[in-house]
Amino acid sequence: MDLQGFGAQLASGTWVTVQLALASMACAVVLGLLGAAAKTAGPAPLRWLGTAYTGMVRGLPELLVILLVYFGLAVVINRVASALGFEGHIDLSPFVAGVIALSFNYGAYMTEVFRGALGTIPPGHREAAQALGLGRWRIFRRIVTPQMWRIALPASGNIFLSLLKDTALVSVVGAQDLMRETAIAVGYSKQPFTFYLAAAIIYLGLTALATLCIHLLERRTTHGIRTLEG
Amino acid sequence: MNWQVMIDSLPALLQGARVTLELVVLSGVLGIMIAVPTAMARVSAHWWVRALPVAHIYFFRGTPLLVQIYLVYYGLGQFEVVRDSVLWPFLREPYWCAIIAFTLNTSAYTAEILRGAIQSVPRGEIEAAQAVGMSPALVWRRIRLPRAFRTALPAYSNEVILMLKGSALASTITIMDLTGVARTIIARTYTPFELFLAAGLLYVAITFIILGGFRLLERQLTRHLRNA
Repeated sequence: MDLQGFGAQLASGTWVTVQLALASMACAVVLGLLGAAAKTAGPAPLRWLGTAYTGMVRGLPELLVILLVYFGLAVVINRVASALGFEGHIDLSPFVAGVIALSFNYGAYMTEVFRGALGTIPPGHREAAQALGLGRWRIFRRIVTPQMWRIALPASGNIFLSLLKDTALVSVVGAQDLMRETAIAVGYSKQPFTFYLAAAIIYLGLTALATLCIHLLERRTTHGIRTLEG
Repeated sequence: MNWQVMIDSLPALLQGARVTLELVVLSGVLGIMIAVPTAMARVSAHWWVRALPVAHIYFFRGTPLLVQIYLVYYGLGQFEVVRDSVLWPFLREPYWCAIIAFTLNTSAYTAEILRGAIQSVPRGEIEAAQAVGMSPALVWRRIRLPRAFRTALPAYSNEVILMLKGSALASTITIMDLTGVARTIIARTYTPFELFLAAGLLYVAITFIILGGFRLLERQLTRHLRNA
């Protein structure tokens, strides 16, 4: 495949795509933990909020959320800022807007994954820890999370794969990711099929790499767990 | 919050929602038509029958939908053969390009769902059908496919929701779907928050309607499993 010297540009776009995916996933995991905690252990209003959040996001297109954050949230932030007496103009970079939007979206999916995983931990484990006099935070960190990761990992892996593909949407608001760099290369070379195919192959490579990493992580977390293979 | 602009643009947004539904239904139906033979070939015992479905499923599930849309809409025009062909009047239109990309995309996901469902049909039922002398084609038609469709239904309802969300990408190639209409109005009124929120609420409403429809269908298909 002849990339006509645009290889370096595609590589830098790929790097931004990877950063977008990892940053959004990290925030989505935090949001997911908070959401799962709110939905399982929180007071009633927090539970309703959690249910409304996961229910809404299920039907909201990712592209719409990205547009809403990039164009809409900026307007709201500036209105609030000027109401508070702030003089300047606050701009949301496409990258930051993308991370906010994607973590908002995927945080909802992670909430459901963590909630399911939390439900599988026997209550006896927590009671035993309480009986030993451990505090709430230490029970969460030492007893609950180590068991939760293992159960949540396969589903989280699938969610990460679709998040990785959805980072392409952030190019619509102008982030310098792989899609954007490809579009620039297309503009110069007038060879859309060649370059979008190259981008597709890079995305395939990224998903393959992510699948491999998830597999390795899964092997690590199931270490010592008996499976059918023995 | 400017409520008036939300109310004023409702008719235009509903018009956009119609285009969105049209895209989802048309590519959904075409996608099932491709997915069934693809899934059947995917579970074949011969590698040369499996090869094409495996490649199709791998490519369309492993790459972003946006790349697939751009490949069809911008990419195909690179080749003179395509530009000179009788299909060019279609392939030049963003609408048909979106339909082609969505159909190929959803057919890959649907085929993978169906594959799992086909493989979960109990061996004994197929053997029983063979024992009463059904031909392979009849076993497919009477036993394996009907069983698989019922198993696949809940997962397929998720795929339809994902397709609905994916259809928003049609707005990137100038189609006036729900997202496209919202973006056009915003360019005029500069009320992004209100308009995207209104569009979002409409998407959520459509999602609930689709989920409700599938729940009814599921009840209809599992009547025999419930006590009278």
